[in-house]
Amino acid sequence: MDQFLQHLVNAAVLGGTYALLGIGLTLIFGIMRVVNFTHGELYAFGAYTVYLIAAALGLNFFFGLVVAVVAGMLLGAMIEITLLRPMRQADIDTVMLVMIGAWIVMQNTELLVWGGVAKAIVTPFPDAPLVIGPVSISWLRVFVLAAALLLILGAYVLIHRTKLGKAMRATFQDPDAAALMGVHIKAIHTATFAIGSGLAAAAGALLGPVFLVTPTMGDLASLKAFAIVILGGLGNITGATIGAFILALVEELGAGYVSSGYRDAMGFLIIIVVLLFKPTGLFARAERVG
Amino acid sequence: MKRVLPAFWLIILLTLPLWLRDQYILHILITTGIFIIAAMSLNLLLGYTGQLSLGHVAFFGIGAYVSALTTLGFDVELLGGFRVVHEPWPAVTGFFIAIVIAGLSGYVIGKLSFKVRGAYFVIVTISFAEVTRLVALNWVELTQGPLALTNIPPFTLGFPGLGDYTFWDKTAYYYLVAIVGLVAYVVISRLVNSRIGRAMIALKENESLASSVGIDVTHYLVLAAVVSAAIAGGAGSLYAHYIKIIDPDIFLFIYTVTMVIMVITGGKGSLAGPVVGGLIFGFLPVIVRPFAAPAVQWILYGGLTILVVFVLPRGIVPTVQGWIASRAQSKGAPAGLIWAGNSEPGDAKR
Repeated sequence: MDQFLQHLVNAAVLGGTYALLGIGLTLIFGIMRVVNFTHGELYAFGAYTVYLIAAALGLNFFFGLVVAVVAGMLLGAMIEITLLRPMRQADIDTVMLVMIGAWIVMQNTELLVWGGVAKAIVTPFPDAPLVIGPVSISWLRVFVLAAALLLILGAYVLIHRTKLGKAMRATFQDPDAAALMGVHIKAIHTATFAIGSGLAAAAGALLGPVFLVTPTMGDLASLKAFAIVILGGLGNITGATIGAFILALVEELGAGYVSSGYRDAMGFLIIIVVLLFKPTGLFARAERVG
Repeated sequence: MKRVLPAFWLIILLTLPLWLRDQYILHILITTGIFIIAAMSLNLLLGYTGQLSLGHVAFFGIGAYVSALTTLGFDVELLGGFRVVHEPWPAVTGFFIAIVIAGLSGYVIGKLSFKVRGAYFVIVTISFAEVTRLVALNWVELTQGPLALTNIPPFTLGFPGLGDYTFWDKTAYYYLVAIVGLVAYVVISRLVNSRIGRAMIALKENESLASSVGIDVTHYLVLAAVVSAAIAGGAGSLYAHYIKIIDPDIFLFIYTVTMVIMVITGGKGSLAGPVVGGLIFGFLPVIVRPFAAPAVQWILYGGLTILVVFVLPRGIVPTVQGWIASRAQSKGAPAGLIWAGNSEPGDAKR
């Protein structure tokens, strides 16, 4: 039972960052109809930015987190404007290929700049973990969970309480009607991609210090984000959030009680099972975003 | 011209080792040839049915592992203490078993995932490849895990009464790959130029219309997946017996991406497309290797992919064919004759 509680806590920390990845991807997928293969690379980009600021330059860790998110948004906006905007009329497969190309370029640029050796990020948190009864959790993980929950809340407020969010939801429902109502679709697409990228970079910036930073860390992140999006249903933010915690829990329990080697296979088994029995996702509500 | 050209290419293909003495180039040709076969199988799905299988390397890898294990033999204990011992069989048996098993997994994946299409199908196939990679990595008793399967025997052909012929040198493997490639080419071209192929193209162009005129869409998609997976499995088997060592990295996503890039650059939905794309991306690393690190090569790959999609969205072969066709048309020749060859007129718009 004690072990189970520990797994639960670990899953919560992991689930929070997975949710950031999932929300970002589901927004992009839902609103822009783009299968975003660069998502994992923005995750890696976030982690490397924190490494650059906090470890290589020796500046403040929290400052690094903020820079990572902002730089992630800027990079996302740049990708959208240069690669996706000219492709808006192309079919989904063609755009997917462009994103695959961009993914290969980004990942190997990281490899070229940082080398293949995994990097560790040292954080200002104390080494001694927080112990509550049978469960022990490092202060870093407590912070990661809190920051992730805060960002998830921020994404909700953005989508449901702001004018930009309203325009995004309108674009998701019917781009043509939204354009006729005065929504600037191009700007919405850029904003959507930037926000999604910023959330992915935030996830990487938060998880980077927990694990190690490597050039290929984005691959699994991309695939897991796809799993989460499928689990939650396309464009469904609540679904993505719940799906992220489900995935983290299944992974954590699978690694704990079945076999740690198959930890990463759990997500894919979930995808296959969900698509077999409920292809629209567990929380299907395809007609709106939010 | 139309009849001379294929014969010309065939002669080049079959006499190449006679005048090409460079063993390194021959090696590149063999590995490129194996990847071209895999890319052709991917083209059957991507180009003719419009379904992007991003887990295609799974079938390739399954073929490689099945063939290697058939020839190496294994001794594993399954759940419940049930023990399976297999004595080594000759490589040619492994080759055919690889084709069958890969085809079967293509059937299962097709049956499971063609309920869902488009982006979902893409993600199911990626997931499948990732799961097979993790199984190859973790089922150490069978696959040796990260230690890799080594000492895979070379390919052998048994002739009744004449004894066995073992493929030792590169020239022999070159002919083996060339012949398997030709067979795969003929199988695919017969398939896509038949009633089945027209049905596939119809459902790619307009699925609801195709099903409304009575085409059993799922049936044809599954059929394409089976043939495609079987051919990829055969290519995987050749790879295992040529390279003689395989590890779970054979399932890496990057190999699928290589196949996809070959198909897209050459031109999806055209028979010659994967061959042209395969040759380009098979030899590109050889050309840039002297002055570029592997990471730079990959950046080049990625950049080229984006460039091709932007500049030649239909790929090289259909673009050149369209160009020749329009030239011929301006000279007054009937354009239909040009199209009768490799590509479908419907592709012109894409």
